[in-house]
Amino acid sequence: MAINWFKYSSPQAFLPLAGRMIPWFSVAALASICVGLYIGFFVAPTDFQQGDSYRIIFVHVPAAWMSMFLYVVMAIWAGLGLGLNARPSFMMAQAIAPTGAMFTFLALLTGAMWGKPTWGAWWVWDARLTSELILLFQYIGIILLRASIDDLRRADRASAVLALVGVVNVPIIYFSVKWWNTLHQGASVTMTESKMATPMVAAMLIMMLGFWMYSFAVTLARMRCVILDRERQPSWSKHSSIHEVVEAR
Amino acid sequence: MSQPSLSEALCGVVRRDLLLAMRHRSDVAMSIFFVVIVASLFPLGVGPEAAVLRMIGPGVLWVTALLACLLSLGRLFTADYLDGVLEQTALIPQSLAVLVIGKVFAHWVISGLPVVLLSPLLGLQFGLGGDSLGVLTLSLLLGTPTLSMIGGIGAALTLGLRGSGLLVALLVLPLFVPVLIFGAGAVTSSMAGIGSEANLSLLGACFMLSLAFAPWATAVALRIALE
Amino acid sequence: MQWGSASEFFAMGGYGLYVWVSFGATAVCMVWEVLAVWRRHASAVAESRGES
Repeated sequence: MAINWFKYSSPQAFLPLAGRMIPWFSVAALASICVGLYIGFFVAPTDFQQGDSYRIIFVHVPAAWMSMFLYVVMAIWAGLGLGLNARPSFMMAQAIAPTGAMFTFLALLTGAMWGKPTWGAWWVWDARLTSELILLFQYIGIILLRASIDDLRRADRASAVLALVGVVNVPIIYFSVKWWNTLHQGASVTMTESKMATPMVAAMLIMMLGFWMYSFAVTLARMRCVILDRERQPSWSKHSSIHEVVEAR
Repeated sequence: MSQPSLSEALCGVVRRDLLLAMRHRSDVAMSIFFVVIVASLFPLGVGPEAAVLRMIGPGVLWVTALLACLLSLGRLFTADYLDGVLEQTALIPQSLAVLVIGKVFAHWVISGLPVVLLSPLLGLQFGLGGDSLGVLTLSLLLGTPTLSMIGGIGAALTLGLRGSGLLVALLVLPLFVPVLIFGAGAVTSSMAGIGSEANLSLLGACFMLSLAFAPWATAVALRIALE
Repeated sequence: MQWGSASEFFAMGGYGLYVWVSFGATAVCMVWEVLAVWRRHASAVAESRGES
């Protein structure tokens, strides 16, 4: 089946497509998170060294992973927007930023919650924590820059440049535990083997999937808001078709 | 009239900016006085205990240099933007990125180089010893141009915006942090006897990376702001 | 099931505060975000409808 993907590059066509996809992603997110939480709390055993505090990884690692992943995706959309001069790409980047910022904040918060019982300190200035904090500032900077510019085209392109410039931080976060002697533990799960018990790994990965589906759903929903906000001026959004599309949900 | 070459255009930009700065010598003096005053505030606030000052000295001096760069970023493009020269500069056939290097270099000579030259004196004020003073100066010599180049991106992105002073700081400080960490780290590791080569080479890498990418990103940001 | 009782579950071996604040904050943030986007969508639709 040949799909003409480019027809979805117009906001008009994208709106109903997004509307159809959001329920699927929401259900997938809810299911994954429920399964992940069940395995994490009721199947995974108590850790020998850390007791039950280790269970925080079931939200901490997925949140941290999403914070980095979403930034890279946002930067890719920003780059596509600048390269192809395509407004929907900028809108996608705009839709991703708040969710990415939220996950960064959660990664830092849950990390502190885990650090206190494990290391005895709420916060240490080691490489990974510091660069994750910088990532939060970068997200906020991108959102604030867009908010400070009235001209939509300039706002799109300026925040896209900023997103791309800041993408150097993401590899630093990821590899910081390998490059520096840090307090933060290294990678427990690689492509080939894992150092954790299977239920723990399973729960963590399923939660990661759940957060990923959640991000899809929320970003698509926010994208629809962005489209509606922006297209309020031109006449196409006032046609009855948009109301049918919206009512049909 | 034949077209000027790229290097002629570059030298022209640098010469013009330095000439304008010389006509407002107070700007240069302001940078110097700011650094001296802020660096003196810390001993006044923290107390004169030598061991404490020696411990915080590298960080304080580096943060001071960082703030001096940050506060002077407004002068990088704003004046030219307001009187239309920046638009003309963007229109000439020579590469805007290279001209940006010229402007950033001139900006560094005015606001960054005085900090580098003053740093041995300020280091003495904090009780830093011979070797560490050299490392401090070298780290600032590598770091302040990097800060100016990265700062140029922020200045270009926020050109002409209201409240841009604060916004530039917010955008640019996350990118300043690695430079700060390596720069101050070079001095502290030299003071601890570990040797500063690792930090200095990372600082050099930051410099090279920013030299390769920052002028180009700044030029893109300038074109966006000028549209 | 490895938890002897509900109170054991909530105590999390003494780490209850940290575990539940983490999960609680995560749940609150995610629910808040969903509601915020929902509200934004509703007002965007209402405005676009109101203008036609």
